Parts: sequence; structure tokens; C-alpha cells
Amino acid sequence: MITAALVFAFGCYGLGLLFNLWRIVNGPNSADRILALDTMVINIIALLILYGILRGTAVYYEVSMLVAMVGFVSTVAYSRFLLRGDVIE
Amino acid sequence: MGDGGVFLFVIALLPFIGALVPGVMIRAGRNACATFTAVPTALALILLMLLAPAVLRGEVIEAELVWLPQLGLSASFFLDGLGLLFAAMILGVGLLITLYARFYLSGDDPMGQFYTYLLLFQGAMLGIVLSNNILLLLIFWELTSLSSFLLIGYWKHLPEGRRGARMALAVTGGGGLAMIGGMLILGNIAGSYNLTDILASGEAIRASEWYLPALILILIGAFTKSAQFPFHFWLPHAMAAPTPVSAYLHSATMVKAGVFLLARMWPALAGTDAWFYLVATTGLVTMVIGAVIALFKDDLKALLAFSTVSHLGLLTMLLGFGTPAAAVAAVFHVINHLTFKAALFMIAGIVDHETHTRDIKRLGGLARLMPVTAVIGTVAALSMAGIPLFNGFVSKEMMLEEAAHTAWFENPWIVPALATLGALFSVAYSFRFIVHVFGGPVRDDYPRQPHDPPAGMYLAPALLAVIVVLIGVMPFLAEPVVAAAVSAVTGTEMSPYLKLWHGLTPALWLSIIAVLGGAVLLWLHRPLARAWDAAPRPEAKAIFDAIMGAAVRLSRMISETLHDGVLSRYLAIMVAASVALGAIAWSGGGLAAPTRTPLPVPPVVAVGWVLLIVATASVVITHRHRFQSLVIISIIGLMISVGFVYLSAPDLALTQISVETVTIILLLLALHFLPKQTPVESSPARRLRDGLLALAAGGGVGAVAYAFLLRDVDAISDYHLANSYEGGGGTNVVNVILVDFRGFDTYGEIIVLGIAGFVIYALTEALLNGTASRRLRQIEYEPDRSRDRHPLMMVIATRVMMPIAVVVGVYIFLRGHNQPGGGFVAGLVISIALLMQYMASGFAWAQARRKFEYHSLIGSGVVIAGLTGAGAWLAGKPFLTSAFGYVHFPPIEEFELATAMLFDLGVFLAVLGAVMLMLHSLSRLARHAGETVNLEPMDFDPRTRAEAEADGKGG
Repeated sequence: MITAALVFAFGCYGLGLLFNLWRIVNGPNSADRILALDTMVINIIALLILYGILRGTAVYYEVSMLVAMVGFVSTVAYSRFLLRGDVIE
Repeated sequence: MGDGGVFLFVIALLPFIGALVPGVMIRAGRNACATFTAVPTALALILLMLLAPAVLRGEVIEAELVWLPQLGLSASFFLDGLGLLFAAMILGVGLLITLYARFYLSGDDPMGQFYTYLLLFQGAMLGIVLSNNILLLLIFWELTSLSSFLLIGYWKHLPEGRRGARMALAVTGGGGLAMIGGMLILGNIAGSYNLTDILASGEAIRASEWYLPALILILIGAFTKSAQFPFHFWLPHAMAAPTPVSAYLHSATMVKAGVFLLARMWPALAGTDAWFYLVATTGLVTMVIGAVIALFKDDLKALLAFSTVSHLGLLTMLLGFGTPAAAVAAVFHVINHLTFKAALFMIAGIVDHETHTRDIKRLGGLARLMPVTAVIGTVAALSMAGIPLFNGFVSKEMMLEEAAHTAWFENPWIVPALATLGALFSVAYSFRFIVHVFGGPVRDDYPRQPHDPPAGMYLAPALLAVIVVLIGVMPFLAEPVVAAAVSAVTGTEMSPYLKLWHGLTPALWLSIIAVLGGAVLLWLHRPLARAWDAAPRPEAKAIFDAIMGAAVRLSRMISETLHDGVLSRYLAIMVAASVALGAIAWSGGGLAAPTRTPLPVPPVVAVGWVLLIVATASVVITHRHRFQSLVIISIIGLMISVGFVYLSAPDLALTQISVETVTIILLLLALHFLPKQTPVESSPARRLRDGLLALAAGGGVGAVAYAFLLRDVDAISDYHLANSYEGGGGTNVVNVILVDFRGFDTYGEIIVLGIAGFVIYALTEALLNGTASRRLRQIEYEPDRSRDRHPLMMVIATRVMMPIAVVVGVYIFLRGHNQPGGGFVAGLVISIALLMQYMASGFAWAQARRKFEYHSLIGSGVVIAGLTGAGAWLAGKPFLTSAFGYVHFPPIEEFELATAMLFDLGVFLAVLGAVMLMLHSLSRLARHAGETVNLEPMDFDPRTRAEAEADGKGG
């Protein structure tokens, strides 16, 4: 049962990644791209947790937490660049 | 090694250690400075004198320290008669020069520097004469070239001094390069680089087919150093040096190094026809040419310089004769030339010092104004002329005696005739020195009214003049020293008999001809000089400049062809070459059949693959829109991190994602000051070429990786996996590799990282102080940018994140040795936590709360790592050997302590410091671009409003 759920979830998030990719490549504007990239990071975090469940080890949870902690920083930086031009004022 | 051996090391080291002192002692005054220069010299001389009796008895004192045995290089010294003679000369004259220079240098000259250079030179020179290893000798040989460069160019404000120094370095340094080749050949023939071994295998060397090349190369080295024709021209130009330097280097020591080498190599190289014709002929030609030119020089020091060239030619010729009797004459003349020529240089310096001119035409009549100087100068000059009762006479007699029975290509009279001609001109210029400087009526147009200098200045030449007369009257005084030296030169026991009166020999008649002819030449000097000036002759300096110019042009042409600064071209050539090499290797067919089968690809992994491919292709398409391509690059970074996780390398994934984040912030900071679009600069054809190259290279790398992945290859990974826990005490193999197995690499890497941080800091610093700073100030911001500078939400969020991130960082660091993590990742995580504060509340606010300089973080990181590594030495293990143990404090679980952890702490600090310094440097640019600073933590602080309301209610 859990395997079937995992396969389904993997499929959903994989599809989500492809949609994010489409948005990043096509735009149309920079805000779309940054948002899509941020969503991509979130999808990745989900995939990491799913993979952890599949393999039955805790290491991947930690990794996903670290990705979560660090991943949003670049989104912030991109947004600041867009809004103010200078990342560190 | 006995006591004597230890003394030898001390003697060789003393000048180098002493060289550290004068530069400091000058603060205590000029006398203190000179005294502290004299002390190491005097000490070395005393030690040498303690060794002298044994050497004069015929013993050879040796000392050896193994240095690089694989190269045949050892710090070995030996002292025989020849070494003793030269070492005593170097140290003795060194003392006199120290005294003389104290009075010669004016208050404006940096005296400490001078004495430091002088001692450096003295040490190098001593090294040459004491070395028992020809590789060591070569090192000292080059050191004399370098230190003499510093000394000749001592008066940096004089262009001729700088030019002369450069010329001397080019000629003697070039000769030194040739000599390296010759010495290596010699060492190869003899099978050892030890001088004593080489000297013992003279016959094998002379019989070898490599004898001639080795001889020519070594002779080029010796001839350039000793200013032999056609390399003689640098010596007169080196006369731009202060006179103490000329007296020391260019009469007594450095120029004699070539002669010393000829004498040293005498047992190994001399005795063949090639030696005779090369060495004796060069010496003879140099002697005559030098003497002739010297007569027509009006500059006192130029006259002495060419006279030195001539006398060096004489010494070279004598050694070239290859007979023991000629060697005796050569060694004896080395002593005599030293005494009178050093005295003459000092006298020339005194005359220059007192009258402010060295032009003989403006001098004359000084005998009455400067009687002491005149007496000393006359004694020395008469010795140079070879007049009886002065020491120059005795050795010149011996030279003429040897020349008289030497045949050159079976021609019995050409050598004596030319030798006499040289002696004749030598008499002429010596007499000119006396008559035209000291003789004649007193003039009233000296640039400065001359009188005798203070005693300190003429004491040194006076002492030398006393020796000139002593040896001249009683030549047997020099016998023991000469005997010891000649025995060392010829390799056989010799006891020469030095005497004043040889009877009515042919040499005496030749001498008489020379003296009479010299007097006549001086009498005819005025018309002769006019004819000399009118006659066309090649100018050595012009030829040298032309050759140097041509060499510079040629090397510039070559380097500009190969190295034209077009980076894309270099890259294209490199990539094309590697692709071609790869294709050749591939077509060789040496690849075994695959031993593995590909694994199945899960759909999600395929999605990741699609993401990578599409993102890569998109970057190529959109790379002219810089911001957009940055966003797409993030996808690639993200996918690589996920790939690491999927392939069971979670710590690499951690590192990768942290590096990605920091890089993006760095690039955004830089992009702020860069154009947002890349202009089209290359032609379509070029882009096509580069595209094809890129495809070929990428395809090649892919094919190689694919081929390797399908085959079982022996890799070092197995060793690391097996030994990680037992050898390094950690279960996290990656971390153990970084801090233990490959700790030395990591140590180098953190140093490089730190240097990169400092360089970025220095570059932005230079940028801000440079011309770009004006353009920076003119940067205008877009008018429609957001007014949210420091949004409340972001400030609060990052403040909350900060302690969490720091705890995570510390945790990752602490467990790094056994679980995924380590100093590198921890450094990145903490720097990201700090960066968030910078982004949220602004540069100035965050900067005001910074407790440590980032520079010192880098420094302390490297120092901690280095000390940890060096700690292994205390345990008698090699650098960076780690130790570990398990500790148990009651309240917490048993845990492991490894020295690797301290090392990791160094890595952590260096990474943190370097990352922060780089970002800090880049964001400083914005401050310069006229941005206002923000001291408040956020744009809108709810607390201030609450306070205001409270105040409102209260008031």
C-alpha cells in the first residue's frame, strides 16, 4: 500500500517539477521565474522525504530540512535584486 | 666531523646571520652600524686563523651536512690552502672595507642597507671558496651575482648605477647559467657532485667525450665573472657603484671568483691543449686589451677598472699555461693584485671624495695638498707597474719568466712579446696614475679644495700599502700561504721559493723593456690620446645594448604570439587538443569489453535528467540575459545536489546546496554593477566553431564517463572505505578523507581560499581608490524600485532563523567526523545565517554588530589547522598525522575526540572568514556608489510606534 502511495506521490511531484521547468523557461517575467524556482525547491524537499520513506533511513529528513533552511535564501536574494537592485544594502 | 668542521659551518654562516643586524643597528648610529658589521667578519676571520695552522701543515678540513641526497646536493664545506687564501682575503679586505665605507658614505646614504648587502655578498663569496659540493657552489655563485647587483645599484638615484647593475647581472648571471650546465656535465662524468671526488677523477674527465662542452660552459661562467674578453665590458660600467664596492667586489673578491674557479678546477680540467688555447689565449688577449684601454681612460675608476681587467687576464693566462710554476705565479699575483688594487681603488675614492672629481684631466698636483694619500697611492701604483721593491714586481717577473718560454702554436715569441706589451702598457697607466694625479703643479680650479681625509679613511689603504712593501722587500713572507694554496691548486705537494732577485734572466730584460717603454708611452700620452680618440673602435656597450634589445624583441615576439591574451582562443586550442588526443586514444582500441550492465532508470530520475538537459540548453540560449540565465543555473545546482542525495552522498549534497546559495548571492552582488545584457561580440562563424568544439568536448567527456561506469576499475576508494575508521577514527569517509587522508591537500586548499578572499578584498579596495571609483559614483538607480528596503517580515523571519541556523551549523560541525557534515559545510551554513542578517537589515546595521574581523577569522583558521598538523611532530609523526581517542564525561554519552576535529575547526573558520570577506568586499562597492546607509534594523519598527503612542498618551 505504502509503495503504491509512494509511486503515486513520486509521479505527482515529478510532474510538478516539469511544470516548474516550463514556467522558468517560458516566463513570461522574472517574478514568474523566481516563484517557479522556489516551488521547485519545495518539490525537491518533498521528493527527498519520499525517498527517505522509500529507503527507510533518517538521513534524508535531515537533508530535506537543510535544503529547506538554505533553499529560500536564494529566492530572497533574487527578489531583493529584482526589487531594489542591491542584495545587501 | 671534528671541531674544525663545526668552525667551517660557523664561518660560512656568520656573514648571513650578521647581515640581519646592520639594518637594525643603524638606528643606534653609524659607528654602531659599522661595528656590528665588523664583528661577524672579525669573528669569522679569527675562527679561520684558528684553522689556518692545520691547513698550512697540509691538512684539509671537511664538514658535511646531508641536504638533498637524492639530488647529490649536500651542504658540505672544506678548507684547503686555496680556500684559506681566498677566505682570508675576503674576510680581511671585508674588514678594511667596512672601516673605509664608514667614512666614505655620506649621511644621506642608507648605511644599514649598505652593510647588509655587503655582508650578504661576503657570505656568498665565502660560500664559493669553501664549498665542497659543486651544486652548493653554484648556489653561492648566483648569490654573488644577486648581491653584487644590489651593491652596484646601491645609489638607486643614479641611472648609470642602475644600468651598470643590470648589465653586470645580465652578463655574470648569464655566465652562471652556462656554468650550471658545465657543472652538471662534470658531475655526471665524475659520478659525484663532491668537489674532492671530481678533482680526484681528473683523468677520467679529460678523457671523456663530454670534456670539451663541459670545459667551454664552465669557462663561460668563469670568464664572465672575471671580466675576460669579450665579456670584460660590464666591469667598467659597474664602476658606478660606491668606491668601497668597487674596491671590494671589483678588485679583491668577486672578479677573482672566476680565477678562483679556474684554480679550483685546475686538477680536473687543466693540462690539455684545449685548456691551454682557450684559457691562456683569452687571458693574454684580455691582458693586452685591458692595459691598452686603461691608458686612455680619463676617469680614475675606469682606469683602475680596465687595469683590473688586464690583471685578471694575466691571472687567467698564467692558469692557462697549465704548469705548476705558472700556478705559483698566479697564486702569488692574486695576493699582490689584491693588496695594491684595493689600495688604489680606495685612494681613487679618497681623491673623488676630497676633490669631487675623478677626471684625471682636472687633477694634478695633489702630492702637495694630500701628502699622505699621495704616498699611499704612489706605493700602490708602483707595485702595479711592477717596480722592484714592491710586491707587483716579484709576481710580474715570474709571469714574464713563464711567458718567455711558452710557445703558442709552435711560435716561440708571440706570447712573450704580447705579455711584454701588456706589461709595458701597465707601466704606462700606472705612471700616469702617479704623475697626472699627484705630480705636476698645484692647480687652482679643483671643484673642491682638497686636503687629506680623516685617518679612518686612509688607514685601510695604508695598511695594504705596508703589506705591498713588506712582501715586495721580503717575498719569502708569503711563502707558506702560497705553498699551501699552490699545493691545493696543483694537487701535489709544492714548496715554491719566492725571491726578489732572479739574476739576469730573460724576464728581467723584458721587465726593463716594459718600464722604459711605459715611460716613453706616458711621455707621448697627449698625441697618443688624440689619435686614440680619433680612431674608430667598436663600443662594447652599444653592442651589448643591441644584443639585449634584440633578445627582448625576440622574446616579446614569441610571448606575444603564444600568449596574446585572447582567453577564448587559449580555451579553444586546449579543448581542441584534448578532444584530438581523446579521439586518438579512443581509436587505439585498448578498451576492454564492458563488465557491468546499466541500471534501470526510475521515472523521477528521468525527470531530473530532463530538467538538467533543458536547463543547460536554456542557459546557452538565454545567456545574454544575465539575470534570467542565473535563475536557470539555479536549477542545475539544485539537480546536482539532488543527484548527490540519490547517489548516497548526502554530505556532498549539503555542501553543494550551500555553495549554490552563496554563489548566487555573490553573483547577484556583482551583477548589480554590471550590464544586465551581454553584447554580441563574436562572429557567427566563431560561435559555430566554439559550439562544435563544446559539443565534441562534452560528448568526449560523456563517452569517457560512460565507458568507465560500465567497467570495474580499481580505485583508491576501496582503501579509504577500509581504513577510514581504523586509521582516521571516523565513519564519515568523505570527512576522514578531507581532514586526514588528504589533510595536506585540504590545508593547501583553505590557504588558497583565504588568499582568494584577501585578493577580492584587495581588488575592491584598489577599485575604490582607482579610476573606476568615479564611474561607480555615477551609477543611477532605477526610479521605480521598490520602497521596501528592510521589510518587517523579512527582518523578523531572519532573526528567528539565525539561532536555529547557528545551532544546525554547530551540530553539523560536531558530528562531521562520523556522520554527514564537517567544517566546510558548517562554515557555509553559518555564513548563510549571517548573510541573511545582512540582507534583511542592511550592511551598516549588520556591520555594527560584527565582533570579529573576517581577515582574522581566515588567519586564525589557517593557523589552527597548521598548528594541529604541526602538533603531530611533537609525537614524532609526520605533519598532519591525526590521533583520536574516546572520552566520557558522566552526564553525556561517551564521545570521540580526534585531532582531526581541531583541524576541521581551522577549515570551518577559514571558510567562514573567506566567504564573509568576499561578500563584504563586493557589497562595499554599493556603499561607494552613493547608497545611503541604514542604521535601523527595519523600515518600520512597530515598537517605535507603540512608544510614540505611549508618549502621546502620557503627554
